[in-house]
Amino acid sequence: MNRQDLKTIAESAKAEHNQFKHKVCVCCGAGCLSSGSEAVLKKLQDEVKARGLDKEIRVVPSGCMGPCNQGPLVKVMPEYAIYQKVNCENIAAVVQSQLVEKRPIEDLLLFADSRPKPYVNAQEDPFFKKQLKVVLKDCGSINPEIIEDYIVRDGYKALDKVLFQMSPEEVIAEIKHSRLRGRGGAGFPTGIKWETVYKYVADQKYVICNGDEGDPGAFMDRSVLEGNPHRVLEGMAIAGYAVGANKGYAYIRGEYPLAIKRFEAAIKSAKKLGLLGANILGSTFSFDIEIRIGAGAFVCGEETALIASIEGKRGTPRPRPPFPAESGLWGKPTLINNVETLASIAPIINKGGEWYSEIGTPKSAGTKVFALAGKINYSGLIEVPMGMSLREIVYDIGGGVPGGKEFKSAQTGGPSGGCIPKEHLDVKMDYENLVSLGSIMGSGGLIIMDDSSDMVDVARFFMEFCMDESCGKCVPCRVGTKMMYDLLTKICNRQGTRHDLDRLEELAVYVKEASLCGLGMSAPNPLLSTLRYYKNEYLAHIERNTTLEGVSHG
Amino acid sequence: MKAKKSILDENLSRNDPRIKQILAKLKKESYRPDALIEILHTAQNSFGYLPMNVLAFITKELKVPPSRVYSTVTFYHFFSLKSKGEHTCLVCTGTACYVKGAEHILNEIEREFQLKPGQVSADNKLGLSTARCIGACGLAPAMVVDDEVHAKTKPEDVKNMILSKIGARV
Repeated sequence: MNRQDLKTIAESAKAEHNQFKHKVCVCCGAGCLSSGSEAVLKKLQDEVKARGLDKEIRVVPSGCMGPCNQGPLVKVMPEYAIYQKVNCENIAAVVQSQLVEKRPIEDLLLFADSRPKPYVNAQEDPFFKKQLKVVLKDCGSINPEIIEDYIVRDGYKALDKVLFQMSPEEVIAEIKHSRLRGRGGAGFPTGIKWETVYKYVADQKYVICNGDEGDPGAFMDRSVLEGNPHRVLEGMAIAGYAVGANKGYAYIRGEYPLAIKRFEAAIKSAKKLGLLGANILGSTFSFDIEIRIGAGAFVCGEETALIASIEGKRGTPRPRPPFPAESGLWGKPTLINNVETLASIAPIINKGGEWYSEIGTPKSAGTKVFALAGKINYSGLIEVPMGMSLREIVYDIGGGVPGGKEFKSAQTGGPSGGCIPKEHLDVKMDYENLVSLGSIMGSGGLIIMDDSSDMVDVARFFMEFCMDESCGKCVPCRVGTKMMYDLLTKICNRQGTRHDLDRLEELAVYVKEASLCGLGMSAPNPLLSTLRYYKNEYLAHIERNTTLEGVSHG
Repeated sequence: MKAKKSILDENLSRNDPRIKQILAKLKKESYRPDALIEILHTAQNSFGYLPMNVLAFITKELKVPPSRVYSTVTFYHFFSLKSKGEHTCLVCTGTACYVKGAEHILNEIEREFQLKPGQVSADNKLGLSTARCIGACGLAPAMVVDDEVHAKTKPEDVKNMILSKIGARV
């Protein structure tokens, strides 16, 4: 296939789609699927066909739309009416009323059970209105398994642009200009990473997509891979062109079978159209992608451990330098980017680095996808400009804490992050601000807790996680996390002393300073941040010590 | 120890459909040792877990030391050396599920079925495990019974949910 063919596919798909008056998307993201959206999709297709409306209405299974706990969701376009908790019984009524009589059913609209009056156009609902979708733009609106659906929405246009109008140096300059930073957690400038790999001379280079989303409480990468796999694939190919790699690996968690299936299908259909493989679009650039399935080791999110895992070994990290950019997979220069980072590439190329850099804050440009969950009314997948306040996310988008309870804490960054207390609800969410509060941006898990959460137990929960997931290679992490876990358990069981608390603080510093990789270095973070904001809870546990009456030091 | 003629048992030959799947995967990966994890995934999909004789078979086919295979298998949570039971129940213990009370679900299962995470019932009918996060945080607390995800699980519903799958009391 050549460039002209890509345009022809886009045009003919567009002409075909334009024949329909309506597009109805049934969310088939992981959340809605488990609420039964597959049956709803089938029923809807049957209903539309039975009424002879299949020439007017196009029914499409789509990726995640966002408000996961209201599922199964059905979106009617172009009205942008979203129906929630749709089931096989009420789908006929939706077709009759919304699609035939053009009369929305208010009781079934999104958030009808919690808002005084639901919005007929869901885009006007604060849940969506406050969001800015760049990465998730097409997620929830296209069929992730049909490549034409992506092509019609400017898919692979960026790849075409870089291959025929830009040199690798220009691509890197554009990414640098966008000020995009790695969305996997650490926030390293993506353009600089690309440039480093580009500069190394080697017979073989690799691009790796890190889809080993291991943080508990995070499902951003999963939703992107499931909802719009071609966007990630296109980002990988562009990265390959820019750094001079012709082989890519997508490392995806084994826990995400649907993401693996959809990404596999995406690779297959892209290869069929010549958008992957030899001489892409008739250019001299060739690029191929293979999937590697993760086997459930959190440490494999760390880049050197991930590389070991792709090489078929135990996923243990090694000291850096050399960094993977110099010596990565099989000793060759390797670029590793997170799913969300790669999904941000195509829009940056299409609209320009300047456009992207104007979104967000001066130091943290662009948007960030968050997985909003826990004690929150509207949990789900959201994308907001960097710098939005936590308060806006929790109250305007998330609809606040349910059951009339008080917001207590927001946990970001998973087991490597920390807790943000109520007094910092107005923090503008960007990389630097979160670090200054003792947490990290992380990959985007955002768990809201109310006053029923015991923060010492929260610290213990994360420490248990790090202890289990420590690969065992270095002593500070292997032994330190276990010691901290034991001390935290002791305090939780009301057997702790002031001395234990001092010991914990001391250990936290050792483990942070002396561990080999990010897992150990950040393992004390949840402990340190809860100590910083909720020390009184630790002290309360200690004061209620039942074993050592009258003894203040154990 | 008596030397075995064949790495595989008498009742498990190269014609076994499950072994055939592994052989097909080995061929697809050109018998490259670096594809070990991919091959282990295939083997576990075929057998439900990784029996020792199958590991020995893979070791031989890939021409790698047994220690390499065994250490890799035991490193990753995903791989299991034991049968997981005819029916599996997986409780998500990710952060969102933790905040929303996954512990109560586990307690209920322990009370009803006398199973702790990682255990399989005596009749091999039901296996219980936990996951670090299945990425269904919007639906917390989540539980997966035989690949079917249950959202917003209530402890009181757990018993019937499991019984309806396994057919009878374990």
